[in-house]
Amino acid sequence: MSESIEDIEIRLLLDAVYRHYHYDFRHYAQASVKRRLLQARMQWGYDSISEMQAAVLRDETMLPRLLNYLTVQVSEMFRDPSYFRALREKVVPHLRTYPSLKVWVAGCSHGEELYSLAILFEEEGLADRTIFYATDINPSALRAAQAGIFPLDRIRLFTENHRLSGGHSSLSKYYTADYDRAVFDKPLRERAVFSDHSLVTDAAFGEMHLVSCRNVLIYFDRELQDRAVGLFGESLVRGGFLGVGSKESLRFSSHADLFTEFVREERIYRRNAR
Amino acid sequence: MSLQAIVIGASAGGVHALLQVLPALPADFPAAILVVVHVPPRRDNALVALLAEKCRLTVKEAEDKEPIMPGTIYMGPPDYHLLVESDGTIALSSDEVVNHSRPAIDVLFESAADAYAERLAGVIMTGANHDGAKGLRAVCDAGGRAFVQAPATAEVAYMPEVALAACPTARTVDLEDMPSVFEEMWEK
Repeated sequence: MSESIEDIEIRLLLDAVYRHYHYDFRHYAQASVKRRLLQARMQWGYDSISEMQAAVLRDETMLPRLLNYLTVQVSEMFRDPSYFRALREKVVPHLRTYPSLKVWVAGCSHGEELYSLAILFEEEGLADRTIFYATDINPSALRAAQAGIFPLDRIRLFTENHRLSGGHSSLSKYYTADYDRAVFDKPLRERAVFSDHSLVTDAAFGEMHLVSCRNVLIYFDRELQDRAVGLFGESLVRGGFLGVGSKESLRFSSHADLFTEFVREERIYRRNAR
Repeated sequence: MSLQAIVIGASAGGVHALLQVLPALPADFPAAILVVVHVPPRRDNALVALLAEKCRLTVKEAEDKEPIMPGTIYMGPPDYHLLVESDGTIALSSDEVVNHSRPAIDVLFESAADAYAERLAGVIMTGANHDGAKGLRAVCDAGGRAFVQAPATAEVAYMPEVALAACPTARTVDLEDMPSVFEEMWEK
């Protein structure tokens, strides 16, 4: 079947964004990218993706708005509580044996996963020895993550998730309600470094003990997934842990042999010792 | 050009309706079937096991990036959208809810319409919301065949009614006739 005009336009737009702004979405899974670009086109009132491309190229204030369509994920704190329960019960005992710890939340978006881990580490008494690295390609998402502010109406879900994750304190201990917002406590993010990092184009981070990257690989094609998994392999210490999303797997990666399944049903892997 | 896939969307009453239709299909049914049923996000996917036990076709939870095979029923996992890529593989996404749902029927139908065009049939079954109406329209617009469960035979008539309004050329089929209508599509 021949490629539709719209599909051609999308390819050209992604190529233009890469050439001009060096953001590379060319190997993102197509169906979702297309859905998001068509939403942006509708929202911004362009008749075609080509028209939108001209605007994106010539007006750089369009870029952050486009990035918000292409990257931002609304997540939950303690999403998939059983994942956090497995970290608590099975991974934390190993992490306790290290005098200092580095944790990388790759593709942190608005920071839901980062704050979840920071709270879990606090509860498990590991916070003082840990540095968190929270990375994303979207500067406005990173700013939001750094601010640690979430809509108050989401807190009920976060609280329930936290409880199911085996949390042994009250979530309300970690935030202050301010009108319709919940502002998470500063000490949680004082141990976090927020930085711009692309799994597509940037290099590995060093000496991580835990990498949590959930529901990010799902948006990549196989080639790009492979690159990211390779980066995680390079970034982790021997015996370090990698958590991916519940519908993601290392099965098809050429780097799969760097890892062993550690908690299979929660998609937690361990970097092999060799 | 022959049909390659059927997409089915169902909501309230959907489990019962699917149990009337899918187990009646023969083991050599030649198309892939992709199904989105609205389920609470945290429930284990018990529906897959239930259907697998009753169907002659292979039933499985759809996995990200797997190639879509004929004669297989793919169920959208709870809390993920189910999409079809243009290369005939499955994609899952955790994008925001659409029509208060994840998985959303519109997301499956629109992506499948894009990938399969006239080689697709879309079916909207019982349900209490308007998810799937836009999707069925997309199936029609791409040249595919559109069906809705006859509202009188639906546990909740709202969803097929709204889909029919959005896509008036859709054919209305009684629930009990659905398996034979599916089979006839390939006999022609």
